[in-house]
Amino acid sequence: MRALETILTEKGYVEPAALDAIIQAYETKIGPHNGARVVAKAWTDPAFKTALLEDGSKAIGTLGHVSRVGDHLVVVENTPQRHNMVVCTLCSCYPWEMLGLPPVWYKAAPYRSRAVKDPRGMLADFGVTVPKDIEIRVWDSTAETRFLVLPMRPEGTEGWSEEQLTELVTRDSMIGTGFPRKPGAPS
Amino acid sequence: MSSTLAAAATAAIPSIPRDDDGPVFRAPWEAHAFAMVLTLHDRGVFTWPEWASALADEIKRAQAAGDPDTGETYYLHWLATLEKLVASKGVASTETLNRYRDAWDHAADRTPHGKPIELTPEDFG
Repeated sequence: MRALETILTEKGYVEPAALDAIIQAYETKIGPHNGARVVAKAWTDPAFKTALLEDGSKAIGTLGHVSRVGDHLVVVENTPQRHNMVVCTLCSCYPWEMLGLPPVWYKAAPYRSRAVKDPRGMLADFGVTVPKDIEIRVWDSTAETRFLVLPMRPEGTEGWSEEQLTELVTRDSMIGTGFPRKPGAPS
Repeated sequence: MSSTLAAAATAAIPSIPRDDDGPVFRAPWEAHAFAMVLTLHDRGVFTWPEWASALADEIKRAQAAGDPDTGETYYLHWLATLEKLVASKGVASTETLNRYRDAWDHAADRTPHGKPIELTPEDFG
């Protein structure tokens, strides 16, 4: 690791300060709060929601987020009939700009294989029960296309502001392995 | 490094990204590997599809060789992929990489405990 970094630095491919800046950015600026803001806006702004479901990257671009790896973000909406869940069976592609860095379980083989074969059982392991009459749709990410789940707005949040709603959106609810917090539940 | 030591080490370094499940990197080198890949991509050394496909191949290869692939070895695959891509793109050959690795080992051996390890021309013996 040090050997590689030394060579790349000497050859001018990387600068240690620039590396630190990236690491710093992922620590402080980029995290699930980015995705949470997008979800809360979609819950309160019907025009934005329509645009978001039509072209995720474009709609999010209007908020000032631009993907650094040129991938396309597709937003999939949970409905009373369908629950969406995201996986990358090949290599753990993940919408970093929206969610920060992936958790260890997302990268692990058990999640990557079982999410596809037995999504309902997998969700049960996360403590998430999806009623039998609701279809579960699993989206497999690629280098070109990543997915973000738009969870359903929790009941009892009528009249809430975008800022208040943002607090309810969890990382897992945007991967599809969880639900947003309920109003009044501890964060 | 045992897992408790790794946990203590990451807890001691405030700049390591964390989420609800703890640090998203288990050690500083993982964060560095991650940032180097983003940087080389930005510089056009490889495209993102090239990266993803090389990483997928590396993970498959590691699994076939008995890697548990539980997510804990993830950045090892990331690093191995980066080394291979850097070599195949002509940025740094495997020989160069080995030479620098030996030099770093040499520097580590001669550096007293507690002192920062620095690479000097003498380490390339």
